[in-house]
Amino acid sequence: MKFSASSLFANALSGHKKWPEQFPDKEPKKEYDVVIVGAGGHGLGAAYYLAKKYGITNIAVIEKGWLGGGNTARNTTIIRSNYLYDESMAIYDHAVDLWDGLSQELNYNTMFSKRGVLMLAHNVHDVQSFHRHVHANRLNGVDNKWLSPEECKKFVPILDISANRHYPVMGGALQMRAGTARHDSVAWGYARAASQLGVDIIQNCAVTGIRRGKDGAVEGVETEKGFIAAKKIGVSAAGHSSTVMEMAGLRFPLESYPLQALVSEPVKPVLNCVVMSNAVHAYISQSDKGELVIGAGTDQYTSYSQRGALHILEHTLMSICEIFPIFKRMRMLRSWGGIVDVTPDRSPILGKTPIEGLYVNCGWGTGGFKATPGAADLFAYTIVHDEPHKINAPYNLERFVTGRLIDEAAAAAVAH
Amino acid sequence: MFEIHCPYCEEKKPEIEFAYAGEAHIVRETKADDLSDQEWAEFLFYRDNKRDDHHERWWHQHGCNMFFNAVRNTQTDKFVTTYKMGLNRPKINPSTNNIKAVQNGK
Repeated sequence: MKFSASSLFANALSGHKKWPEQFPDKEPKKEYDVVIVGAGGHGLGAAYYLAKKYGITNIAVIEKGWLGGGNTARNTTIIRSNYLYDESMAIYDHAVDLWDGLSQELNYNTMFSKRGVLMLAHNVHDVQSFHRHVHANRLNGVDNKWLSPEECKKFVPILDISANRHYPVMGGALQMRAGTARHDSVAWGYARAASQLGVDIIQNCAVTGIRRGKDGAVEGVETEKGFIAAKKIGVSAAGHSSTVMEMAGLRFPLESYPLQALVSEPVKPVLNCVVMSNAVHAYISQSDKGELVIGAGTDQYTSYSQRGALHILEHTLMSICEIFPIFKRMRMLRSWGGIVDVTPDRSPILGKTPIEGLYVNCGWGTGGFKATPGAADLFAYTIVHDEPHKINAPYNLERFVTGRLIDEAAAAAVAH
Repeated sequence: MFEIHCPYCEEKKPEIEFAYAGEAHIVRETKADDLSDQEWAEFLFYRDNKRDDHHERWWHQHGCNMFFNAVRNTQTDKFVTTYKMGLNRPKINPSTNNIKAVQNGK
């Protein structure tokens, strides 16, 4: 059923009791053309684009937990593409292009709000580095502009730009195309649209092994609900990607770290955009419900426990209060952690693996949400064509051997 | 926040005194010129990333300033043991969690 004013009206008459199930839970069939491991935004999106753009509908998306319950549900919902390197701009701006109009395409409100992302500069190095970012972005046709402290203040009225601050605001880089989206509805929207095209979404079914034939190519996945045959397997398992790849006998250059975020009690609109600060190490936005959404840095050690230490949050809140003293008396409502798979150069791995029929979309580290539609689209392309699209071709596994790294680690907005 | 037992100070201290220093027991190759690009990549970038007992280095940065090794379970975040640099991986009996630090057996 399509969501529309008339369907809303018709269902209102029946007391909203006759809405069909949006993504029915399926039992696995014996065989699929493609199996996607991981039902987060990236995996469900890949299934949707495989079905929609390439007509492959015999697909299963297999999920250990529940749909969209991993990092899709745990991020700070920020979308931007103001990265430094050409390869990064290409992939993240492709995602922003798809975020535009995603609600219409999926017939599901993803609440993409282009409220702008403002990155504050607090010292001479920041000013120079952000100017470099702005110029690099504009050369690539990516929206980004430099604001003076006064312009920053005009754009974010609660900002204190007085020169006697410990970390004075010396300007900022503003990307107006950037913003936030409702993270859960991205997973739900893709799941619903993919389901309608015939994709099976199988939850509470962990993959326990990857079966390979005599020629080395994949034959299917072993799961808690038995063996499922598939000639092509796409792994999109975020923090657990390296454990899934290990089932196929592959080592990956990934380390999994806890990354925490937290929200405050809801308040009336006070912060109109996303504000990030590299030097003070904080980023913050306000959700449509009114909560301040705050992201921390990663914990220092690797872990799969989906929780982090309190002193990390304390440090984050000190930074937030340093930039916005107005928030000093806000009370925090809840905090949580997700497990992010980090590559040595902080850029993702999206493409083929040394095993025939096995594809991977991983290594998004602390910034995977913003890339969701773009990565999903490119992953679908790679699976169908058995070769990467030119946008994700640089994000291969071989770069760690050849040395052609895409070193966003050195260029990150907030150092993780 | 972890409480971490420093094998040099021989006491438990809060995590903020320590810095995590990556996977343990990665031996620097002495004949670096002979390594292939693949072997270099494995030395530099490939890590175990285990969802299990993980051997890792910690640095008592704001204490005795010594590096030491630890075994920590990455599912529960519980430390199994910590031990001094230069010792081999401790033998852990999984049924009893009995730990026996092994002297460097050269």
